[in-house]
This record gives sequence, structure tokens and C-alpha cells, in this order.
Amino acid sequence: MDFVESDALAEHRQAAHAWAERHFRPEWVEQEHATGTHHNPELHALLGQQGLLGAGWPAQYGGTDVDPAYALAVFQEIGARGLRMDGWVTTEMVTRTILHVATEEAKQEIVPAALRGEVVIVLGYTEPGSGSDVAAARMRAVRDGDEWVVNGSKMFTSTAHMATHVFLLARTNTEVPKHKGLTLFLARLDAPGVEVQPVHTLGGQRTNATFYSDVRVPDSMRIGEVDGGWGVMRVALVHERGTAVAPGGPTLVEQVAEWARTAPGPDGAPLLDDPTVAEQLARLAIDDEVSRLLGLKVRWIAATGGMPGIEGSMAKLYSSEAEQRRVDVLTDLLGEQALLRDGAGPLHGAVEWAYRKAPVSTIYGGTSEVQREIVAERRLGLPRSRPVG
Amino acid sequence: MDLSLTEDQQALRGSVAELFAGQATSERVRAAEAVGHDPALWRVLVQSGIPTMGVAEELGGGGATVADLVVVAIEAGRRVAPVALPEALTAAALLAASPAGADLLAGVGEGDVVPTVALRPLRNGTAGPVPGAAVADVVVALDGDELVALSRPEGVAAEPLPDLGGAALAEVATTVWSQRLVLATGDEARGAHDDAVSLWRVLTAAALEGLRQEALRIGVEYVKDRHAFGVPIAWFQTVQHRLAEVATAGDGAELLVHEAAWARDTGDPRAAALARMALLFAAETAQQTAAASLHFHGGYGFTLEYDIQLYYRRAKAWPLALGAPRHELRALAADLFAGEAA
Ligand SMILES: Cc1cc2nc3c(=O)[nH]c(=O)nc-3n(C[C@H](O)[C@H](O)[C@H](O)COP(=O)(O)OP(=O)(O)OC[C@H]3O[C@@H](n4cnc5c(N)ncnc54)[C@H](O)[C@@H]3O)c2cc1C
Repeated sequence: MDFVESDALAEHRQAAHAWAERHFRPEWVEQEHATGTHHNPELHALLGQQGLLGAGWPAQYGGTDVDPAYALAVFQEIGARGLRMDGWVTTEMVTRTILHVATEEAKQEIVPAALRGEVVIVLGYTEPGSGSDVAAARMRAVRDGDEWVVNGSKMFTSTAHMATHVFLLARTNTEVPKHKGLTLFLARLDAPGVEVQPVHTLGGQRTNATFYSDVRVPDSMRIGEVDGGWGVMRVALVHERGTAVAPGGPTLVEQVAEWARTAPGPDGAPLLDDPTVAEQLARLAIDDEVSRLLGLKVRWIAATGGMPGIEGSMAKLYSSEAEQRRVDVLTDLLGEQALLRDGAGPLHGAVEWAYRKAPVSTIYGGTSEVQREIVAERRLGLPRSRPVG
Repeated sequence: MDLSLTEDQQALRGSVAELFAGQATSERVRAAEAVGHDPALWRVLVQSGIPTMGVAEELGGGGATVADLVVVAIEAGRRVAPVALPEALTAAALLAASPAGADLLAGVGEGDVVPTVALRPLRNGTAGPVPGAAVADVVVALDGDELVALSRPEGVAAEPLPDLGGAALAEVATTVWSQRLVLATGDEARGAHDDAVSLWRVLTAAALEGLRQEALRIGVEYVKDRHAFGVPIAWFQTVQHRLAEVATAGDGAELLVHEAAWARDTGDPRAAALARMALLFAAETAQQTAAASLHFHGGYGFTLEYDIQLYYRRAKAWPLALGAPRHELRALAADLFAGEAA
């Protein structure tokens, strides 16, 4: 075995760094914090104009000749500087799906514009009444000539307030089992009848509730077969992001350990001299290493041509649960210092912030229960425990 | 990056798996519980060159890497084989590191000497309970400034201590183990012992990993088979999720064990820290897996008849031979967060 992960993007790191030095504006990070919006329109437009979004895509649909590895290195550099690009992540997922299954008209209309940064697509799967059981969606779409008329509501439509389109999972047939009556549509968010309301979250992120009343969508913007939506969802889920990792800085545990080397405890001695503190930090460092290794395995399987489905679930399950153990331990370890936000707290309030953010990790991207179900059924060969239908 | 075993390692795994499946059956493991050692199994291991397989070829060993030894230790752990294998491999490495150990090492290779190692330095002439010492001919130990090979005079027996995991525990005290051969002194002695204990951590973590895999397999088979309320108990979500949880941590433990071996073989600066991590985490996951698996046997898991109790006891017993994990955690903190005084 060999545990050295070579940096696939090494040759592009310097150029990506130079790109960021030239174009990246530190106030974008402050804006993201202040608004909770994980999408920066200025940055997005710039990436589109410079052909970075279109790197590696087919030329006939607006692909550019920018090296995709360089583009990925730039995206990682942006991430390392503390900015998230959720708008592009969801746009890319849906655009890839469109290339796979949509009509030529939809491909021509959407893909080049998305790669220029002019179209931003968000995901409308979750509803007020259904999340994990995504196929239970109740949004209705009814055919009317060349158009579809859509009614219903979506919950957690993140980035919808900054986007042009939403990828809607809707019910087109109520006479068949739930998985067989679903269809996907790409609706314009500026269409009459669409309403976007903000939803604020514990981790500071702003997401949305979106409402649709008699919204008209042309049949050309139906993505995939009528009633074939479940199959399309599976395609969409396969189009996850590239699995290369950005070189990371010190972990939160390492940062706290470094801080604890000099920060005095109640007795005046450095906190890290307290054996209980040292023990707890060491235990957290093991969790970090295990999370890293499970992620490494996912990347190794993908790099050797495999499909790391079960291993992806394991990595997500372990690291998200570990994140929650970590914030619980670290807050207790810091005691009253953990209460202080931002500049008032140690490490610029990093532990307080981590505590707020942690709960979502076991909820989105498939809850821990959903991941355990995958591991139980597919790795351990245990029977399906859910009711079917 | 390559997370697969080499072809040679796969072949090695196949042959040792077969060896232990044949020689460490449930009956043999149970028969050896009181003594903690199966002499017939040991003879087969000697014939296969396993106790000295990690020793350099020039010194008559097998020249195996730590990664290879880990493959063997996993298979031994899977069958909870009643031999103190991590201890013997570690003792052999220490004997090989000193010219003074040559005769004893040759004896190990020929099957005349069963070796073990005292993991804790002697204090006031005793190392406390040492696995394998009840049946060993020689114990390698750190006594003050000296690394020594201790043995007993003719006719003096080591007194086996009744224990949790059938590990042939006996007190190692210089009053009983009164014959000593000095292998090294000073910093060299301390450095060699430290390094050997680090090797023992990796090998014991590997044995625990094998134990964990089998404990999981036993539990999964049982829940598929046993019915309650008209369905297999595998159907219930609390059963599924607890098993999925330990299986997930288990994948992590397996990776960590192999990473620790790789780090030792390549001289990676994190090798010592990874060895501690591997032992701590493999111990934790093995215990949790065996406990879950036992629990899902219901009352039968508590009976001696079912094998899961053999796994449950050893999951705790093997790592604790080194001492309380809190000391390991503190030492790990010192390794990781250098400059720290704990
Ligand atoms: C910040 C944020 C952003 C999001 N962004 C988006 C987005 O952009 N687009 C989008 O479509 N969605 C988005 N989501 C929604 C997210 O995908 C869902 O919240 C998630 O899938 C869980 O669904 P739910 O909230 O309806 O919870 P539920 O499905 O109601 O689950 C509630 C609880 O029941 C448990 N449970 C459910 N089913 C089972 C089962 N079979 N066995 C055992 N336990 C079960 C769950 O694990 C959970 O603990 C976002 C959510 C958040 C919090």
C-alpha cells in the first residue's frame, strides 16, 4: 500500500494562486458571512467570461479551451480563501444532466449560457412535506398544449434568490406508484407565479422556501421523459463534483491545540498541560485521521475506475458524525471562552461558529439514517427495512 | 496512492488464513483458554517461519515488511489464535537488533525458544502481568538502562495468572526471571524498546482488526438468521444502524492499521503517532463491534456456547496489556502537538 496522495493539480497551483491574487477580493468573504449567500454573482460572472466555467465541456455547447485541471485548481484556490460556490455546484450538476437527457433545444438554450455564467440553476427537490423521501414530492405539473402548468412549493431551495432557473421535481402522474409518476422541469425563477421567501439557518446560511402557482414551463424545458424523473434523478446524483482535494490548512483541532499551548486554564497553567485536555484533543485527532482516510479511499476507488457509492456513504457518515462529536468536545474544552463570537472569542470565534454549523452536516446530502441504510443494505447485505411503495 | 495489497500479500493472506482456520478452530481456542497457548499451533507457525518472518534474511529471518506482518496478524486475530503472536514478533525484532541476541533468535527460529516482550519497563524488578510470559522461555524487557533477555533457571516455573482474554499472562519479576542477558544499554536500549513497543502497537492493532472483522461477520450472520415477530431481526432498523455504524468505523480502523504499517516501513515521521492512533482506534472499534454483535445475539450471546464471547473478551484484553489508554492518548497528544508538556 502507499498512502501518499499525489497532488493531481500540482502543476496548476501556482497559476491558480496568481489568478486569485489578481482577481479575488477579500471583501467577498465578509459579504458571504453577512448575507449567508454561498454564491457571489461578481465572481461567477468573471469565471464565466474567462472561460473557466466552460473548461472541459464540449465546444458545440460553449465549452472553452481552458484546461479543466487549471479551472479546478482555481476553484479550489477560491475555496481555500473561504468562499463557497454553491451556485456553480448546482448549476454544473444540472447542466451535466441536461447534456445527458434533455432535448437539443434545451441543451442549446441552457448549456452555453450556463457556461458563460449567465444561467444559474438551483435544486428544487425537497418540499415542505418530503425530504429524505424525495420521491414523495407533491408538486403537480399538468400538461397544457406545448406547456406544463406547475403548482406547489419547495423547501430549502438554496441560492434561489440569486439564480435564474430551478430544477423542479414534480408529479405528472398520480395513478402510479410514487417513483413512477415524477418528471423534472427547468423553470425560470422570473416566471409569473414564482415567489421566493428567505429562510435563515443556524449556520448563517440563507436558504429559501419557493412557491409556484400556475407557473408555465415550455415542454422543451422538460428534462428527460415524462414520468421518467426518478431515472433522471439518479443521473443527476451521479454527477457529483470532482473528487480531487484542495491542500488544506490546519484542522480546527490543531488550531485549538496550538491555542491551548499558551492559553491559561483556570489554574494559570497552559490548558494543554491539563492531561484531560490533551487526551480529548488527541482523541479528536484520531477522528480527523479516520475521516481523512475514508475520504482518501473514496478518491482512490474513483481514481482507479470504481464507483465509491458505499464508501462515499461511509465517509460522509463518519465525518459528519465526527464533526458533531468534535464541536461538542471543543466547546466544553474551551468552557466560557467557547461562548464568544467572532473577534470576541479565541481563534476569532472559530469554535462557537463550528458549533452552530455542525448540525447540518448529518442532515443534508442524505441524512445519517439514509447513509446507514445504504451501508446496512449494500455492504452488510441486510434486508431493506423501509416500507416499499 | 495505492490502497490495495500487493499480489504477494494477497497470496500470503490466503495461506495464513487457511493455516489459522485449520489450526485455531473454536474448539482449539477454547481448549487453550486456561493456558493461553496452543503448542501445536505454535509448532506449525515455527515450521512456516512466522515468528521470525520480520527478521532480516541475513539473520535467518523472512525479511518481511511490517505491512506483511500486519497481513498475518489480521488473520491470527480473525481466529483469536491462542498464541502471543504480536509479542513474539516484537521480541524477535528486539533479539535481532543485538548481536548478543543471536543464539536466542536462532532458538526462536528453530522452535526451541518461545519469546515474549515486557511492554512496560521493569519497575522495582517487576513489569507486572505480561502476555505470553506464562509459557515463554525468554522475556525481552527494559530494566533501567539495560535491554535484557530474561529467563528462568531450570525448574523454576512462571505462574500463570487467571485473566480476561486467555493471554498466558504472568508476572515478570526478576526474582523468578533471574537469568539475564544484556542486549543493549543506555539510549540504545531505551530507543530499541520504545521502537519495539511501537511495532507491537501496530501488530496488536492488526490483530484487533482481524478480530473486529470476524465479530462483525458473526453478528451479521446471526441477525439474518434469527427471527422475532415474524421477521429476521436484521430487518429492524436499530439493529441495522448499529451494525452499519460499527462497520463504517471498521473501514476506518482497517485503513489506519495499514497506514501505520506503511508509515513504519517508509520511515514516515508520523509513524509513532500513527501506531498509537491505530492501536487506540482498532481497540475501540473492535470492542464496540464485538459488544454490538454479542448484544444482537440476545441471551445466547451471554452463554459460553456461542463464539462471540471469545471475541468480546479479547477485544478488551489485547490492548489493555499495554496499560490504560489514557496514557496512550496523552503520549499521542505529545507526539501530535509538539512542544506540549502533558
Ligand atoms: C441548509 C440546507 C440547505 C439545503 N439545500 C437544499 C437545496 O438546495 N435543494 C433541495 O432540494 N434540498 C435542500 N436541502 C434539503 C435537504 O436535502 C433535506 O433537509 C434532507 O434531505 C432531509 O429532509 P427533511 O429535512 O425533509 O427531513 P426528513 O426527511 O423529514 O427527516 C427527518 C428525520 O427523520 C429521519 N428519517 C427520514 N427517513 C428515515 C428512514 N427511512 N429511516 C430512519 N430515519 C429516517 C431523518 O434522518 C431525519 O433525522 C437543504 C437543507 C438544509 C438544511
